[in-house]
Amino acid sequence: MNISLSITKTIHEWLFSIMSETAASITEMILIATVYLAVFAVFGLYLVLLERKVAAWFQLRLGPNRVGFKGLFQTMADALKLVSKELTGTVKADKFLYNLAPYFVIVSALMALAVFPFTQEFQAFDINIGIFFLIAISSIGVIGILMGGWASNNKFALIGAMRSGVQTISYELSVGLSLLTMVLITGSLQLSEIVEVQKSGWLIIQGHIPAIIAFMVYMIAGTAETNRAPFDMVEAESELGAGFHTEYSGMKFAYFFLAEFINMFIIAAIATTIFFGAWLSPFGITESIPWLGVFWFLGKTLVIVFLMMWFRWTFPRLRVDQLLTLEWKYLLPINLVNIVIMAFVVWQNLIIQL
Amino acid sequence: MERYIFYIVAAIMIIFAIASVNSRKMMRSVIYLLFVLMGVAGIFFLIDYNFLAGVQLTVYAGGIIVLMIFSVLLVHHIELELQLAKTSKRILAAIASLIGIGVFLFTIYSYDFKVVENYNTTTTEQIGEKLLNFGDGGFILPFEVISVLLLASMIGAIIIAKGRKLEEKETEDGGQK
Repeated sequence: MNISLSITKTIHEWLFSIMSETAASITEMILIATVYLAVFAVFGLYLVLLERKVAAWFQLRLGPNRVGFKGLFQTMADALKLVSKELTGTVKADKFLYNLAPYFVIVSALMALAVFPFTQEFQAFDINIGIFFLIAISSIGVIGILMGGWASNNKFALIGAMRSGVQTISYELSVGLSLLTMVLITGSLQLSEIVEVQKSGWLIIQGHIPAIIAFMVYMIAGTAETNRAPFDMVEAESELGAGFHTEYSGMKFAYFFLAEFINMFIIAAIATTIFFGAWLSPFGITESIPWLGVFWFLGKTLVIVFLMMWFRWTFPRLRVDQLLTLEWKYLLPINLVNIVIMAFVVWQNLIIQL
Repeated sequence: MERYIFYIVAAIMIIFAIASVNSRKMMRSVIYLLFVLMGVAGIFFLIDYNFLAGVQLTVYAGGIIVLMIFSVLLVHHIELELQLAKTSKRILAAIASLIGIGVFLFTIYSYDFKVVENYNTTTTEQIGEKLLNFGDGGFILPFEVISVLLLASMIGAIIIAKGRKLEEKETEDGGQK
C-alpha cells in the first residue's frame, strides 16, 4: 500500500522529521482528513447560501440579508439551529439502518473530494484510477438514500427512495460513458495526468465537437445524479412531502442536505477537471504563480455550479417516464455514437492542439 | 501498519459476514453483505490492485447491492422477519459449510505461495492490453465469449420482460392481414 499524500512539502517534511515514518503518515492522513472535513463543511454551507441568493435573483427577490453582512452568516446560523434541534424518529423505524443512512451518504460524498487536483501540489490522493474511483464512489451514495427511505417506515419516503434508485442507476451510465469519451483523448485515468494532457489546450477545445456533446450529456446526467431539479423526482415536494428524508430532523437531515450540495460541487469539480483544465489558467496567464491554481479551479467549478443552479430555477420537473425515456432512448444512444466519433477523431488525429 | 489494517478489515468482513447470514431482517442482511463486499474492496486497495477495487465497488457495491435493495424494497415490509430454518436444515447447512471451509483451507495450506519482493501496481493500461491480446497469455477469447454471454442475457431479459406484449403484437398484426 503506497499512499502518497502530497499536500505541501514543508508540512510533509516537518512531520516526517519529528516522528517515525508510520506515526507521521498516520498523522498526515488524519490532518488532511480533518482539514478537508472542516473546509468542506463550511464550503457546503456557503453553497447553500449561494443557491438561495441565486434563487432570489431569479425570482426577483432579495434573498437572505439579515444575519451578518448581506446575510453572509445566514446558513451558519441555520446550521447552528439544526445542531441544537431535537433528533426525532418514528417508533416503528428500523433504528440501526435509520441512523446509519445519513452517515453513509455524507461519507461517500466526502470520500470523492480526496482525489481532486486543486493545484499541482495540492492534491491529497493521486490514485492511478482517478476517474474510475470517482464513478465508483458516486455509485455507492445512492445506497444511503435507499436505506434511509426504507428504514423510516413511511410510504412517501419509500417512494422517494425507489425513484432515487431508478434515477441513479440509469444516469450513472451516462456519466460514466461521457467521462470515458474524454479518457479516449487523455489515455489515462489518473487525474494529474489528465491535467498534464490539457496543458496543450483544455479537453473541451482539444476534442471539439464530440467533447462538447460529451460535456452536455455529462451536465444533464450529472444534474440527474445529484437529484436536483429538473430531476428532483426524489423529493418532489408537491407529491411526496420531502421524499426520502421526510422522517429525518436536526443534524441527520442536515447531513443529507449537506451531502446534496457537496455532490453538486463534486459533479462540477469533475467537469472542471476533465473538460476545463482543472487548475490550469486560460492561455497560461498565471503559469509563473502556481498557487493561483486553486482560484482558477474553484472559479471554474463555481461557474458550473451556477449553471446547475440556473437549470434548477429555470426548468420544470420531469415525470418519471419522461426521465427514463430521456436517459435510455436519447442520452445513452447519443453517448455510444459519440464514443465512436471520438475514437475516430483520436485515430485520425483531428485533435485541436494549441 | 499494513498488517494491522489487514487484520481490522478482515475482522470487519468476518463479523459482518456472520451478521449477514444470522440477521432475520432481510434489509439488514443486505447492508451487512454490502460491508463485506466493501471490505473486499478495501483489501484490494491494500494490495494496490486499485482497478480491481474500483470494479468491486462499482459492480458489487454500486450495482448488485442496489438491485438487491430494490427487490427487498418491493417485496419486504419493515415489520416482517424471516423464518428460522428447521434444525435438520441447519445441521445440514453447517456440515456443508464445514466441508467447504475444509476444502478451501486444504487448498491454501497445500499450495506453496511465493513471496514477491518488489511489487508494482498494475495499471489500467496493462489490464486493457492483456484483455485484448491475442498472442500468448492474452485474454481475447474469454473476453469475447463473455461479451456474447452478456448480449444473450440482455436479449433474454428483454424477452422475459416484454415477451407477452411482443406476442400480442404479432397476433394482432396477423389478424389484420
